[in-house]
Amino acid sequence: MAGSGTAHLRPGQPRALAVDDLVVEFPVRRGTVHAVSGLNLDLLPGETLGILGESGCGKSSAGRAIMQLPPPTGGSVRLGEVELTGMKAQPMRKARSRMQLVLQDPVSALNPRRKVKDLVVEGLEIWGWGDRDRATFVDSLLSSVGLDPEAVRDRRPHELSGGQCQRVCIARSIALEPDVLICDEPVSSLDVSVQAQILNLLEKARERLGLSMVFIAHDVAVVKNISDRVMVMYLGKTCEVLPSADLENAALHPYTRLLLASVPSEADADREAEPTTAVEMPSPLDPPSGCRFRTRCVLATDRCAAEEPLLREMNPGQFVACHHV
Amino acid sequence: MMTPSDGPLLVVDDLHTVFHTPRGEVRAVDGVSFQVAAGETLGLVGESGSGKSVLGRTVMGLIATGPATTVSGQVLLDGRDVHALKPGQRRQLWGPEIGMVFQDPMTSLNPVKRVGTHLTETLRRHLHCSRKEATERAVDLLNQVGIPEPVRRLTQYPHELSGGMRQRVVIATALACDPRLLIADEPTTALDVTVQKQILDLLASLVSERTMAMILISHDLGAVAGRTDRVQVMYAGRTVEAGPTRTVFDSPDHPYTDALLASIPQLSDQPHTVLRTIEGNPPDMTRPPRGCRFGPRCGRADDTCTDLMPALVAVPDGPARQVACHHPLLSIESLEPNAPLTEAGHGR
Repeated sequence: MAGSGTAHLRPGQPRALAVDDLVVEFPVRRGTVHAVSGLNLDLLPGETLGILGESGCGKSSAGRAIMQLPPPTGGSVRLGEVELTGMKAQPMRKARSRMQLVLQDPVSALNPRRKVKDLVVEGLEIWGWGDRDRATFVDSLLSSVGLDPEAVRDRRPHELSGGQCQRVCIARSIALEPDVLICDEPVSSLDVSVQAQILNLLEKARERLGLSMVFIAHDVAVVKNISDRVMVMYLGKTCEVLPSADLENAALHPYTRLLLASVPSEADADREAEPTTAVEMPSPLDPPSGCRFRTRCVLATDRCAAEEPLLREMNPGQFVACHHV
Repeated sequence: MMTPSDGPLLVVDDLHTVFHTPRGEVRAVDGVSFQVAAGETLGLVGESGSGKSVLGRTVMGLIATGPATTVSGQVLLDGRDVHALKPGQRRQLWGPEIGMVFQDPMTSLNPVKRVGTHLTETLRRHLHCSRKEATERAVDLLNQVGIPEPVRRLTQYPHELSGGMRQRVVIATALACDPRLLIADEPTTALDVTVQKQILDLLASLVSERTMAMILISHDLGAVAGRTDRVQVMYAGRTVEAGPTRTVFDSPDHPYTDALLASIPQLSDQPHTVLRTIEGNPPDMTRPPRGCRFGPRCGRADDTCTDLMPALVAVPDGPARQVACHHPLLSIESLEPNAPLTEAGHGR
């Protein structure tokens, strides 16, 4: 299936991660779920790409397919210079250790039977310690994510709070000093005060280790805070790519604008609430033809049903896949 | 008994909910008071463990004194003490007097019952409608909450609906008997952003249409900011600050409210803005601090805060503003910034 175009890619530059025409489909009894349909993205070293979208837009499927968990239905994923798709299992595991994943629910991401000191170095257990000293490495790793080694070293996940567990997950993922970190909704199960701590921590880790990050989330303000560039997805397709600094004021795609208008704020008090009829996201089993957002779009015309919009550069660095902007 | 015009619909006075656990007493709600008038929306905000949900359920009478729970204080709904009623009488309140919307619409609905049954069951039991009349009213209710093709939906099961649609069904069920008070506990937390806005709009319009009173419980300060008249900020089972929503959010008096608001990323901020955080963790509720519960995490805390629990008192920082702090962040200079507001807290 054709994607939303490649205008937003930066082929001339060194890239930490390059994804071409990524397709993720799941066969089900009633047909095929089109989770991701031709996603293109690239990530420069040290850059953070935010992927923004609602449930069912394919953002998590994309993140997992990039990790080859499971390998995508089609397309290519290049980590630095290494092509991951189509690799044999063992070399792929080795190559993939340069890329790590942080998940939404930190408690279930950790083995409940193991202690923190073992959890954080599991990667090193597998890939070798090099010349590191185990005890000092564990302690410095825990301190680097803001945990008191003395207090948590011998604890198990259930003895820690959600925020502390997420710190352990981050420690675990940066233990191998990866090039790319993929964060899938890492703060959405946390309280706001803890969310701020984790966002600050990720930012610090990125600076210290020179990480490139893909940050997947549904919260517009959170994505803007951590990203350099934002990609908005809807039903497996890319709607818009833009610098995150422009997100609030310069977004053009009708779906991005809908997302921005939906962010609750104090200004809601000043207008009369209008009861609206429920609008459903179409089923990914049978996505609409042409532009997938057209069923909910105020600008939609016949052209949107007939012809799929491709990403076009509207302003420097801003790419929009819509016929009517 | 009072008539509705005599005063606020709901009066909660010095409410305590204590759970007796093997680890000790947990004072989940520890001396909370507030009032809600008909047509008014009160926001209860706080982080997990602040006691806001337990408070909502205690107000409703879902949590009542039992073998492992002690509820003290008063909840007066229209002059009647909810906790003085017998369990059977209390059950009569749920539906016609108090409606409730919970966070997770899937677990609020019975998975083996059709959407229509949820509605007609309530209508037939409380309003003694005939089958036919109940079905008609159910269609009408689904229309009111913005569900397309209501007749077809009646025969569907909850799993056939999307999350937003399910939450609309839950709201329709809660409204079936025209309650005077609606308690919405994190009604949009499980939903997508665009759906969240639809549901909050729906609740707001229903409240003003029916001059219902609503308590909106949420951890999402943004959602509460634009949808409530007054707000009550909870921390570790106690109210730390209360007042008209706009003034509380624009110039918080309590250091906790201030820090909480500052820790939320704002769309208007530049990318990579370092967020303010609150150091430390909320207290262990079996052994809360003797003085101010936020004291150990507060930058303004001193010996008074360690020793003396601050009472919730009126402050001259705006109409109807209340704060429980020895050193509030008052914007009015007339008050000495370091003088404790009260001589003795009403803490135990």
